Amino acid sequence: MSKRYEMRFAGSGGQGVILASVIIAEAAVIAGLNTVQSQAYGPEARGGVSKAETVLSCDKIWYSKVTRPNFLLALTQASLDTYTRELAEGAVVMMDDGLNCPADLDPARVISVPILQTAKEKVGKAFTANIVAVGAINRALRLFSDKDLMEGVKRHIPAGTEEINQKALAEGAALISDAQAEAFAQTIG
Amino acid sequence: MSKAVLMQGNEAAVEGAIAAGMRFFAGYPITPSTEIAEQSALRLPQMGGKFIQMEDEISSIAAVLGASVAGMKAMTATSGPGFSLMQENIGYGVMAEIPCVIIDVQRCGPSTGLATSPSQGDYMQAKWGTHGDHPVIALSPSSVLETYTLIIRAFNLSEKYRTPVIFLMDEIVGHMREGVELPNPNDLIINRRKMSFHDGANKECYYVPEGKYVPAMKPFGQGERYNITGLAHDVSGFPVNSNEIADKLVTRLLDKVEKNVDNIVRVEEYLMDDAETAIVCFGGTARAAMDAVNAARAQGRKVGLFRPITVWPFPEKKLLARLPQLKNILMVEHNHGQMLLEVQRVTRCEKPVHFLGRVDGTVISPDDILAKLNEMEDTNHAE
Repeated sequence: MSKRYEMRFAGSGGQGVILASVIIAEAAVIAGLNTVQSQAYGPEARGGVSKAETVLSCDKIWYSKVTRPNFLLALTQASLDTYTRELAEGAVVMMDDGLNCPADLDPARVISVPILQTAKEKVGKAFTANIVAVGAINRALRLFSDKDLMEGVKRHIPAGTEEINQKALAEGAALISDAQAEAFAQTIG
Repeated sequence: MSKAVLMQGNEAAVEGAIAAGMRFFAGYPITPSTEIAEQSALRLPQMGGKFIQMEDEISSIAAVLGASVAGMKAMTATSGPGFSLMQENIGYGVMAEIPCVIIDVQRCGPSTGLATSPSQGDYMQAKWGTHGDHPVIALSPSSVLETYTLIIRAFNLSEKYRTPVIFLMDEIVGHMREGVELPNPNDLIINRRKMSFHDGANKECYYVPEGKYVPAMKPFGQGERYNITGLAHDVSGFPVNSNEIADKLVTRLLDKVEKNVDNIVRVEEYLMDDAETAIVCFGGTARAAMDAVNAARAQGRKVGLFRPITVWPFPEKKLLARLPQLKNILMVEHNHGQMLLEVQRVTRCEKPVHFLGRVDGTVISPDDILAKLNEMEDTNHAE
């Protein structure tokens, strides 16, 4: 990765998209990449649109915000509809499969997977949806080794929750097929 | 595995402050500075320090001043609304010469404004928020690592010149996370210059030798009584109504900073040696300006960045030194034109001074700055 890779994570306040963005950034630091992470949200603690951003690069990163995301994670319809308008050319969109995919998105660039359902039913805790998403993102884009990613997760979760988070990562990764992983890893320069 | 850790600007402020010796924090949490209070609450007890959540910002700055007089390096953190409440006691700190650091993580105002959005609208308030003629030292960081190193400098300047130092952050840097490897700060720390109880003739608490500007701190609450007041006072600390003594005092307070301005002022100059256009920009906004300078250079244009790190006093000598080589200046800041006034004053508008500002809570991007540079070029051709 030599040039700037911009990632945006969007959802409703309380879904943990900021933490997902932070964990990707933390794994990037562990892997020795440059990264800047930031977020934008309203004054509410729950609800409202929540947006977090992680920029990755081998070069020094100055401007900290994302303007044309190469990757978008959307967990709510409102965030999906809002942020698909600003995507970079060839951007990859990961969305919860309970959402309606906007007609103008290239289906070949969309990963529609049951993130919320997997967290609730397979992992057994709805609040692990953000970690499920992180697992799916890393499997699809092949950003970091499993070890670096888990270390990134560990630095941001309460002690004693390692097991359930490990499971959430694994269930998230399992949502991505080998063919998808092959195809989408090519999208990162 | 890299030794770096992912750290937020607000967290770096606390780690830097602790490295500088800060062992007392009193504050009232407010977005976007809240993480500073949270991190201080976590870290200070581990260091044998004290954290107090106060009932408001007036009491917060009062507690900080009291702790500092009692011998602690002390800090508070707030945002616009709380910074407004602190102003009277900041003036007290200046008049009574009490070292401390006040962090303002700026958000959009006026009033409670846009709580979670970035701004640089408190730039003039940092200088003129408290009443009366007074010296102000204010520093503004642009990155997480610089937040760490610069707040150590804020404590050092505060101790060296016995005056409150404003650490003027913004939401961009406060809430941003970057990978950082924190440097060893041990060589960098300046500790308080204390006056001995038994200095004979020099024992008056505000005694300053001829030709010096800063009195040593006399230990307070350790046996010998002396007076501290915001009223004009003589060397004993007691109030006086003498015009001569008041004039001497206020002049000395201002001289502490003015006579040492070359030691206090710092700027970063990026690609300025052959620059014909200088972008003047500080704090988190400068990150967009760095990308804009690089992009403009890639197009063959002679653009450089002049970034005040010390934002008060404004680095006027350093900007004036660049003025002869410049064709024009572009001031970029997240307000309606505050540092712009300083740039216009210092340069006397001898070269055209253009302005790009914003107050809607969104962040100025490199593309916005490039568009403004293009507009300036078109204006030049039209002339």
